[in-house]
Amino acid sequence: MKKFQYIVAGIFFGLVLTKGEAISWYRMQEMFRFESFHMFGIFMTALPTGTILLFMIRKFNLKTFDGEPIEMPVKLYHHGVIIGSVLFGFGWALTGACPGPIYAQIGSGFLVTIITLLSALFGTWCYGYFQKYLPD
Amino acid sequence: MASTQNLVCKAIILKSIISVDYYIFGVLKINMNWIYEPWPWYVAGPLIGATVPLLLLLGNKKLGISSSLRHVCAAILPANISLFKYDWKKESWNLLFVAGLFIGGYIGGSVLANPNPIAISLNTQNYLSSFGIESSPGLMPAELFSWETLLSFKGFLLIVVGGFLVGFGTRYARGCTSGHGILGLSALQWPSLVATASFFGGGIVFSKFILPYILAL
Repeated sequence: MKKFQYIVAGIFFGLVLTKGEAISWYRMQEMFRFESFHMFGIFMTALPTGTILLFMIRKFNLKTFDGEPIEMPVKLYHHGVIIGSVLFGFGWALTGACPGPIYAQIGSGFLVTIITLLSALFGTWCYGYFQKYLPD
Repeated sequence: MASTQNLVCKAIILKSIISVDYYIFGVLKINMNWIYEPWPWYVAGPLIGATVPLLLLLGNKKLGISSSLRHVCAAILPANISLFKYDWKKESWNLLFVAGLFIGGYIGGSVLANPNPIAISLNTQNYLSSFGIESSPGLMPAELFSWETLLSFKGFLLIVVGGFLVGFGTRYARGCTSGHGILGLSALQWPSLVATASFFGGGIVFSKFILPYILAL
């Protein structure tokens, strides 16, 4: 039952993405063409907020609500970070969605984006299938 | 189906409650219509950033949504592929989180939908209308994202090929806008900076040089 909190967190995140128009195909075109500050404003305020709050977690050695020590995220480099991200950028420009917004786009009523989700699942599966033949 | 109708009824009732003018002491007029307005970037941005520490505090969870695609593959069709051979049930929180995203999208984009066309910049409006795409109410252009266009070559490229690239690319990069762009950068991880520059770069180049030909189809 404790896992219920993650549904609530997801609803919160989905609502913010949707009301902030970060799931909008229009907003993504505008962003990639540098024709509005809106999406850049979102990133430029999201990042310092995350950075400062993570810094405070470390500084005050905060624990999770269950009292576990918090492990900071670590991201490792491999060449796929560049190759994969560029391919993802192409898909982002086409669909107007990164993975989070795909779910919210379906919820917001554009049911055809279910196909976007199914294609994304198929893409993930294909990466798994071809992983051993691809440069890492 | 009864439950869907029930939901729709509730949404309509909610709408009729919200859009009425209320008078307090017969003088002070209060209207709740603001609840349909989109949120400015300085509200949405900090709340998105705050989700990173929220998930860490709730249970050491790391924001990352493309992982949900991997978990679904591992649950449904692992096919003896090494990428999908792990105990996905241990990561079930991630699937609950994306179920929440779906509900949040329904609340924000349907129940509390902005009745006005999205206020994108005039330059973008002019650019898109040169391809016959107008900004109408709704977060996506219905001219491109509908079941009818899905059957056209244009719709196939935008929805099917686009979705495939999102799924393939994010797994290859081991993260997307949330995992690299928000969580990774907030934690000052340099590989995430490389990822973010790459997917922004990919999107900018694609939008400038290739997308116009697809939109013109």
